[in-house]
Amino acid sequence: MIIDPKKCVACGNCVAVCPMGAIHIDPEKKRATVNQDECVECYTCFRGMSTERLNPTMVRTIRKIGSWLRWRFDPEPDVCPTAAITEQELAWPRIVRRAFSDPVVPHESTGVHGRGTEEVKTNDVTNRVGQDDAGFTVEFGRPTVGVRFWQIQEMTTALARMGIEFEKRNPVTSLMADTKTGEIRSDILNEKILSAIVEFKTTLNNAPAVLQKIKEVAKTLDTVVAVGAAARCDEQGENRLEELLLREGFTFNRGKTNLGLGRPSVDIAQARATIG
Amino acid sequence: MTNTLHRYGNERNLSNDFIVFAIPCRGYNDKDSVPKLKRFLRTATKYNPVNLGDGSHGGAYRPSKNLNPTAHWSRKSEPDFETVIEGVNTPTTVAAVFDNIKAVEEFVAELQKEDLGLSINISALIDRAQECCDGVGIARHSVEYSLGFMGQTDRLADRQVMELSTMCGHGMISFNFARKMIDWVKEGRRTPEQACNYFSRFCSCGIFNPTRAKEILEEARRRNS
Repeated sequence: MIIDPKKCVACGNCVAVCPMGAIHIDPEKKRATVNQDECVECYTCFRGMSTERLNPTMVRTIRKIGSWLRWRFDPEPDVCPTAAITEQELAWPRIVRRAFSDPVVPHESTGVHGRGTEEVKTNDVTNRVGQDDAGFTVEFGRPTVGVRFWQIQEMTTALARMGIEFEKRNPVTSLMADTKTGEIRSDILNEKILSAIVEFKTTLNNAPAVLQKIKEVAKTLDTVVAVGAAARCDEQGENRLEELLLREGFTFNRGKTNLGLGRPSVDIAQARATIG
Repeated sequence: MTNTLHRYGNERNLSNDFIVFAIPCRGYNDKDSVPKLKRFLRTATKYNPVNLGDGSHGGAYRPSKNLNPTAHWSRKSEPDFETVIEGVNTPTTVAAVFDNIKAVEEFVAELQKEDLGLSINISALIDRAQECCDGVGIARHSVEYSLGFMGQTDRLADRQVMELSTMCGHGMISFNFARKMIDWVKEGRRTPEQACNYFSRFCSCGIFNPTRAKEILEEARRRNS
């Protein structure tokens, strides 16, 4: 993202809005400036802020007079008065920043928006996570801290050494150079993104060791890691993972509950029955 | 919507925070899912949701690209559910946010009858979601538990900022903006309702809960976190 210096009036509204804190008012130029290395192309400023299309010279003059008189104008804090925030064309590898940071852009690998994962949200349709499994989502950089791919790689390689098989329908997996080792393409390792999710499942028996490893590696990374653990329930709606997590010392109160109302469409179900 | 999984808060201020969402599964039931997604949203409106959202196009509160200067004194602040429903034109995740369990139970009961065939999830306190399931006679199919944050948690913000910011799990509500709005409310420069409207416009999936945010801001006005 860039801010057009011809239009910017240095109102500062975009400074607080940026999740990465990548925007500041340059004291020399008196214009908002984006630190391109820190910007993750999340489009929060461009899309989230409303815009007026006021004349920049007029706004600067009014602001100058107000400032000289020590008047405080109280403008709407989510508005760019001169529509100065400008998209730039993104080329590889920078384009992965937007793919992982702008929730409105669907991931090519999965067709899903946001971080591009379905986890157990569609488990009633796919039955990906069974009753003897534990599904994991390990999310990096959230909330609003950000992460570089080389940091994610620290975790994926450690998990791969444990024999973890990464979910194929996942955007991070699609960017791995080798899914067996967990290594990520070298040309994107230094790209910074808002967040990304590594997704995999393992057996319930293996879950404590995996959780231990995640905790251990997370401690070494200069970012935050948010972990989700998922289970398939039995006919009574109970599962064994909950007890296991409590035994391992985890406390939790929030989650996502799949109600089991989904099913494959008729043609897909018939096709699968024929193949099966 | 992992973006709803890790909402930060205590049991008290999360107890009336519910996101019910419908998601088609690519390659399984996404074909012809658009009318079903619209049906989901249309049904939700009967139960007074506090927000609605379409992961591809936005929520019921949206920024405007052509404001005129009078917006600084009078600005539209009502959610626009119709735009969300009419805007769904591709398989995507759609969500309805509620601030009371009764509405969720009634909505889920109607979804059960509608039999859309799409995956329906409730993102909420696990016990509260269980309560809904018991209320309508559904056994949970699968559950995903939020185990919270690990790693360099000292890089996170204070409690109230976290509670507001994590209501958009995609991180579109920055720590700095949440802090700024808390300060503005405390200084009397904006009401909690106005601050909630600003936040809601940034959440592009429409899963921000303005009722809960207002309570957090009211509490912040009275005391420090």
